[in-house]
Amino acid sequence: MSTLVIEGLRASVAGREILTGVDLEVAAGEVHAVMGPNGSGKSTLAHVIAGRHGYDVLGGSVRLDGTELLGMPAWRRAEAGLFLAMQYPTEVPGVSLLDMLTESACTAEGAAVAERMREEAERIGFDEKFLARPVNVDLSGGERKRNEALQLGVLKPVFAVVDELDSGLDVDALRFVGDRIEDATEHDGLGVLAITHSSRVFDHLRPDAVHVFAGGRIQESGGAELAEELEAEGYERWTPALPEPEAAPFTDPFGDPFADLLT
Amino acid sequence: MHQFTVDAARSLPGPRWLAERRSAAAERFAAAAPPTTAAEEWRYSAIADLDLASYRPANGAATAAAPDRPGAGSDVIGIDGAPVTAVVDVVDGRVAAVDGIDRLSAAGAYVGPLTEAAGAEGLLGSVSDGASDYFTVLNDAFAPAPLVVDVPDGAILDGVIVVRHHAREAGAASFPRLVVRVGRAAQATVLDVQHSGGPALVVPVVELDVGPAGRLGYLNLQQHDPRAWQIAAHTARVERDASLVAASVALGGGYARTRADTRLVGRGAGGDLLSVYFGAGDQILDFRTYQDHAAPDTTSNLLYKGAVGDSARSVYTGLIRVRPDARGTNAFQTNRNLKLSDDAWAESVPNLEIENNDVRCSHASAVGPVDPDQVFYLESRGVPTPVAERLIVAGFFDEVIDALPVRSITDGVRRALSVKLNQMLSQAA
Repeated sequence: MSTLVIEGLRASVAGREILTGVDLEVAAGEVHAVMGPNGSGKSTLAHVIAGRHGYDVLGGSVRLDGTELLGMPAWRRAEAGLFLAMQYPTEVPGVSLLDMLTESACTAEGAAVAERMREEAERIGFDEKFLARPVNVDLSGGERKRNEALQLGVLKPVFAVVDELDSGLDVDALRFVGDRIEDATEHDGLGVLAITHSSRVFDHLRPDAVHVFAGGRIQESGGAELAEELEAEGYERWTPALPEPEAAPFTDPFGDPFADLLT
Repeated sequence: MHQFTVDAARSLPGPRWLAERRSAAAERFAAAAPPTTAAEEWRYSAIADLDLASYRPANGAATAAAPDRPGAGSDVIGIDGAPVTAVVDVVDGRVAAVDGIDRLSAAGAYVGPLTEAAGAEGLLGSVSDGASDYFTVLNDAFAPAPLVVDVPDGAILDGVIVVRHHAREAGAASFPRLVVRVGRAAQATVLDVQHSGGPALVVPVVELDVGPAGRLGYLNLQQHDPRAWQIAAHTARVERDASLVAASVALGGGYARTRADTRLVGRGAGGDLLSVYFGAGDQILDFRTYQDHAAPDTTSNLLYKGAVGDSARSVYTGLIRVRPDARGTNAFQTNRNLKLSDDAWAESVPNLEIENNDVRCSHASAVGPVDPDQVFYLESRGVPTPVAERLIVAGFFDEVIDALPVRSITDGVRRALSVKLNQMLSQAA
């Protein structure tokens, strides 16, 4: 069975340490929610696991079934079975969804890709007309998220990092997409790390474990009841763990633009 | 001292009016100073590296010795399954073969030597004389056999007219001249191929004259040898309610320059101006465009997209001019460039000169690498990095390729771009 093991993961952006030592283990078929306030570094965690450019890994490891992912190019991580469902999926003008998935190292069979795309599209209510169009171009936020779920269904990863699944999704779309991922955990043993700031997503994607993320690391772990507690009380309890942000000087946008020149 | 003398121009064959025109041009050329990069329209160009004395005028022997289909170099992009009205092969500026004369005459159209066309004298220079420079004058003096595509009033030609220019004589300079006249409410599509197989200097002049309510699609496909130089001028005049789609696909040449002037002279005239260019190795691709709005309610829409890799360079400078009485003008100019390597370099300079208030104009230009976020998106789906880059670069050109006026060439253009890109990426890897 597949396992994602994160140990002591530290990473920085532009010299500032964002991940300060993340430890986490997710087994096949499990859904782990990582919940935290805005700016806590949740999305950075998703990007560092997936291998996005612009982050410096300072230490630690991320292993998928014993294979160290850190240091691999992003596409090799995908080939190893990792999938990242993005919060804001990127538009790629001129590249069709079919071409992209056909060229993926995760789809060997070639001709079957188009057929699987149609099956998945029907399953999650994604309009077939989008299949031949450039990736994410002119798609609404909700359509983009359905598109992510469709790709997950076609690429059949063993492990998915799902970043803010519910942003931009209406209730119907959230149900389709959440159910699709939940189904993959039950039938295909997909392991999921769901990064979210709210528990709305848990109506369809039921977490086996909930981790509170603040100050660049996991502060507390528990079961689904922890999510309810967070929903009721907010993140205030953990925010003192954050380093004090440097107070930004107050600037009145309607003030005299030359005021600081006078002092 | 170079060989492009008044005597050399006089020795070319043709009727008296043409000989006189050549002599006058040769005299102007002899008196003119060569351009330098100090002039704005030659800034960033390679003009300082041109040694005219190292070329001689092509003598035509290669044309005489040419087989029937001399322009059909194996690497020339073909058109797939489209109806073709005529195919003309031109070697070193001289017509070698015309195929399709029956179909043309059935439509009342003529494609062939300009000197044999009705009203020949008035045709030559009728468009380009308004935009003459050092090299169009040189073409005026040395074009050995101007070619004309003459589509009379009301004639609708469904098939493509293919003109294949081939520079064959190694180390020679050739001066192809093409005049396309589309009459009132007539329609035509012309594919103009420029090809060479070795070192050469090619100085083509193309004149496009679109009569009232006429429609012309013109596609220039430039596949010169990397050792060849091209200094081209394409000048178009679009009359009342007429429309022109003028496109270029530029893949070859060591230094390949195209100056494209589009003059919208009649009310309601419109022009779609498109280009796809891709430089690799140490190629320099140079484009100067001029959208001249001289009449009310005219529209021009320019979209030039290019990529440069290795240590290749590209230059785009464009000017939109709206003249005082051209109220209701819509003029747009967009140039986007992908820079695929650290040593590649692209320059993009848009300009507006607007002399009427009742206009909508915009210009946009950009030079940048392949968007790393797009690459990451594809990588995160398991697409290997070089494949991701290839897909994105190909996709970048898509909107222009889809709009090319010769539909049947689009697959061939995509393949040629992809081959060139793969060669570049595999050498870099």
